[in-house]
Order: sequence, then structure tokens, then C-alpha cells
Amino acid sequence: MRQITLSQAVNEALAEEMRRDETVFIIGEDVAEAGTPFKILSGLVEEFGTNRVIDTPISEPGFMGMGVGAAMTGMRPVVDLMFGDFIFLVMDQLCNQAAKTHYMSGGKLNVPMVLRTNLGATRRSAAQHSQSLHAIVAHIPGVKVALPSSAYEAKGLLKTAIRDDNPVVIFEDKLMYQDKAEVPEEEYCIPFGVANVKREGTDITLIGTSSMVQVCEAAAKLLEADGISAEVIDPRTIVPLDEKTLIESAKKTSRVIVVDEGHQSFGVTSEIASRINEKAFYYLDAPAVRMGAMDVPIPFSPALEDITVPTAEGVAEKARKLVRGELIHAA
Amino acid sequence: MSSTTENLSTDSILRMYRQMVRIRTFEDNANQLYLSAKMPGLTHMYSGEEAVAVGICEALTVKDKITSTHRGHGHCVAKGAEFKPMFCELLGREEGYCRGKGGSMHIADQSNGNLGANAIVGGSLGIATGAALSSKLRGTDEVAVCFFGDGATAQGLMYEVMNMAALWNLPVIYACENNGYSEYTKTEEIAAGSIVARAEAFGIESHQVDGQDVLAVNKLTQELVARARAGEGPFFLELMTYRYHGHHVGDINREYYRAKDEETEWKTNRDPIIRLRGYIIENGLASEAEIDAINEEVFKDAADAVAYALDAKYPDPSEVDMHVYTDVKHALA
Repeated sequence: MRQITLSQAVNEALAEEMRRDETVFIIGEDVAEAGTPFKILSGLVEEFGTNRVIDTPISEPGFMGMGVGAAMTGMRPVVDLMFGDFIFLVMDQLCNQAAKTHYMSGGKLNVPMVLRTNLGATRRSAAQHSQSLHAIVAHIPGVKVALPSSAYEAKGLLKTAIRDDNPVVIFEDKLMYQDKAEVPEEEYCIPFGVANVKREGTDITLIGTSSMVQVCEAAAKLLEADGISAEVIDPRTIVPLDEKTLIESAKKTSRVIVVDEGHQSFGVTSEIASRINEKAFYYLDAPAVRMGAMDVPIPFSPALEDITVPTAEGVAEKARKLVRGELIHAA
Repeated sequence: MSSTTENLSTDSILRMYRQMVRIRTFEDNANQLYLSAKMPGLTHMYSGEEAVAVGICEALTVKDKITSTHRGHGHCVAKGAEFKPMFCELLGREEGYCRGKGGSMHIADQSNGNLGANAIVGGSLGIATGAALSSKLRGTDEVAVCFFGDGATAQGLMYEVMNMAALWNLPVIYACENNGYSEYTKTEEIAAGSIVARAEAFGIESHQVDGQDVLAVNKLTQELVARARAGEGPFFLELMTYRYHGHHVGDINREYYRAKDEETEWKTNRDPIIRLRGYIIENGLASEAEIDAINEEVFKDAADAVAYALDAKYPDPSEVDMHVYTDVKHALA
């Protein structure tokens, strides 16, 4: 099968959906001729014109709010937020407006919009361009949250997001834009709320999101050398969350590590580990363990930044301890 | 009244009168429901500002969109809403416009183009501007009107979206209801310089209008709506008006920020309903008896709707996790 980059996969998903549905349009900063700083959207304005690939001033709350209004009145905007960190600028429009409109109107108004943005540290971009803020969005009922882990997922999840009648935030890992994966030529969508078991195993379950799926897969290979069989699962969307697949795997392996690049406290790892501890308690040989980003602002210096995020070696080491029973804390 | 009415039929003028009376009557009943502890929560009265909502909405079609504010009952009525589902919504009943999930501050009426009241001051500026962008992208001639108060002019979002609306000639009319107070603070203490000059800085044609003169508001809005449909938007209106009640129904003792004499002056000499009634009589458009009959009919409609809403049923508790997502019946099932 052909291989394309995650960036090309996103571009293809947008082009296909814009050809299919004329109400789909892109709005954001430097999305047209510039094709974004990551060059993800190159070529789209040439095909679809400036009415459907709309460059805005640097006014995130403004164009986000306009996306909400356009979505409420018959359009399907794909709002481009250049860096995930800028989500704090649009929180009112996203969380007070888009997320609540369907509910507050008793089901009469819909907001079928996509907010495309990114996450991920280790790009040497420091504290305001390196955060992974998906847990903050997932905390708010009414928004769906997708976390593609490869070019294949990036395309299939984005196409589903565009067709969804709810607000969806899709976080791409900005370090993966040039990573290639097998992506079929034929059209496909990936349904939300369906986890992907990337690798089957029997001793421990590694649940990873976004680029942490790669980290978990690499950890599983390291563990294999030690004779430990690790199962790797990618939830693909955290809202909705395929809890069933995660719980079943936890029951099967009896040990779980949840790995996510958001800050560990009050985050995705906490939520998933907590659900597993509640719902698979009697099957577990140890409590489900969290591995998120360190609870510090992301530092600039490579010497510091690299130790803030989970690594394959770190996950493998934690897994060995779990399997050896060293992480069971007596009361 | 100062305005001329060469383009307005007697029917239109009487309809505007009726709509203003409907708003005032709705608010008087809502206030009574609050004072008699029959309404959950608080509400923000539109009384005194009727000419703004009615003058503007009477210049729109059902397809044109509006966004509204926490002080939104007037916009909702003016855009065509009915009393029964409105009172049901205020009382949290299932037959409310939003099945009781929105309440006073989020009342929306999709069927008449009301995209909803908004409890974040200035929160709907983006939505209205987006509705105008949508109208342009879909190739329609729909116009969007964004209602907001003078308090919202302190929000940065307003300047972001006015900039884009002006850059792209969007069919949006920004209707700033300047009622003199930003919650419990005089507008002059929160707004530097001129409000219309801020819009003019973006090259947006702006007008300051007497918001107590429904015919003047309507005449100007009709012109601007026609021009917005022709691609000449956006426009900005600062409508000088007055809020008869406090910031909300519980804001009773307000002498510390507003003099009683000032309230009396506006209610006695600048009331939009009294002024239009005088105009109708002077010009022989209807008799005193005919106007009284309109009033009585509206009072009765409101009383019936209140009685109906008080007896209407609450939503079933199973509704609590419905309408979180469009495609999931019960989000927590």
C-alpha cells in the first residue's frame, strides 16, 4: 500500500470532504496561500478558492466565534487553530458557546464544526507552543475529541469529524506531520468511539494516545525482549471513549499503564486509569498507572524538555516494575 | 414623533405598537413570577427598550438571523416568538422553546431565526458575524443582526469580528443597545471616547439613533437591511435607550448608581409605547378604544400563557442527558 505523511493525509481528507460537500470550508490564520506554517493545507486554496479557504487576521476568538455562527446556519466550518496552545484564547467560544448550544436549545440548534489544532512537545518551542491541552476540552460535555496516532487515523478521523453534527476538536501531533504511514487510496472514515488494538498481549495493557501510541509500541518491543507480552491500545477518540475495549483488555492482562502527552494531574491518564480501577478492580493485579507529561510548563532547553514527556524506555521500565509487583502500595 | 413614516402602512405601525406592548406585558408578568417566587432563578427585564427590538426586527424577514443577550425576552418576542413556549421556558417546563434547558438567559427560537440569547456579555458577536459569513457563502441575501449592550463594547471579541466583517463586507448589523448602564456602572465610566467612532475606525458606517422612537429605528433599519442585502454591509447602530428595571429583577435598591428622578424622566417623557400611542392618535391611525382593545387582548394572551405555563409539566428527569450530542440519545447511558 502507498505511504503518505500525516500532513498529506490531513490535506487529502479536507480536499475530499470539500469536493463532496460544498458547505465545508476552512477558516483560520495563514491557511490559504501560506497553507499554514506546517504547509499542511498547500494547494487547497488553488483548488477551492479564497471563499472556501479563508485567511483571517490573528483573531482566534473572532474566527472561532464566526465558525460557531456559520455552523449554526448551514455551513460546516473547519476552523484552523495554528497551535493547540491558542485554545485558551478561544475557550469561551468553544466551551460556553459551541459545546452548549445544542443542549441549551433543547436540541434545536446544531454546531457541526471542526476545530483542527495540534499538540506535542519536544519541538523546542517552549511553554506556549508545546502544550497538549486535549484533556481540558474533553472535560466539557458537548464537544468530541479525536487524537490521531498516524497518517491513517488523521485522515479517517478528520473525515468523520467533518461529517459529525457536533463540535469536534481534533488534535494532531505537530511532530508527526512528516511521519509516513500506509493510507489506502480508496475512501474511508474511522468511526468515533472505537479503539484500535494495535498489538495483542497478555501480561500488561499499554493505552496510548496520539504520538504516545508509537511510544507504547516501542515499549512493547523492549518488553518483548524481557519476555513480557504487552497489549497496545489506541482509543483514537477520548470523547467518545471506547471504555469497553479498554476495560476488557485490563481484565485480560490485569495490569495497565495509560500514556498521554497532556499533563498528568487531572488529565486523560487520570480519567482512564480511574475508570479502569473502578470497573476492572477485581481483575487487576495492581492499580492502573498514569504516565503523562510532567506537571511543569514545557521548558525550552532540550536537556530539560526531553525529560518532561513519556518515552519508550520510561514506559518499559514502569511496565517491568508493574509486572514484578513493585508498584503495589500497601495501605 | 420626529420621524416620518411615508413608507409605513397603518398596519405596520399598529403591529409595532402591539409588539412593544407584548414585550412590556411579557416582562411585567415575568417580574411578577419572580416576585411571587414562582420562577426559578433570575431574569433581566427589557422594559423600556422595546422600540429597539421591535423597530429592528420589524425590518427583518423570518429568514434573517438575530443573536440576543441575557436581556433577551424583547428580541425573542420581536422576532416572532409566542408567549406560551416563552413562559414555559422561563419556568423550566418541557414545552419551553428549549425544553426548559436554556431558561431566560438562553432562550432561542430557531423557527424564527433567533439563534439564541447569550449569557456571556458580547458572547454572540462572533456567532452573528459567522451567520452573516454563512449567508454570504451560501449565496443567500439573509442579514444577521447582533444585539448587544453598551457593556459588550468593552469585550475584545467585538473588535475582532467587526474588523473581519468590514474586510469582507458581511451582511451584519451590529445593534448596540446603549441603556446607560453596564450592569451597576454608568456607561460613561466604562466607555472611553465615542462608541460609534470605534466602529467607524473600521470603516463601518455607523449611526446613533433615538432608541425610544420605534419609527425612526425601523426606518433606518429598513434602509440598512436593504443595503446589507445588496452587499454594502456591515453597519453599526448605537441605540440610545433606557432600562426601566435594575440589571436584573433582584436589583431593587439602585440609588447608589442611578437616581430615581432619572428613571421617572425616562418612563414619563420618553417611553416608547406612550410616544407611539400618541403618534397613532394624533395621526388618526386608530382610536383610543382600538388601542385599548389591543392592550387588553395582549394582557389576556399573557395571562392565559402564564396560567398555562404554571400548569405545564416539567421535563422528565431522563431528559437530563439528552441533547448533549446530536447523535446520542442519552449521553450517559
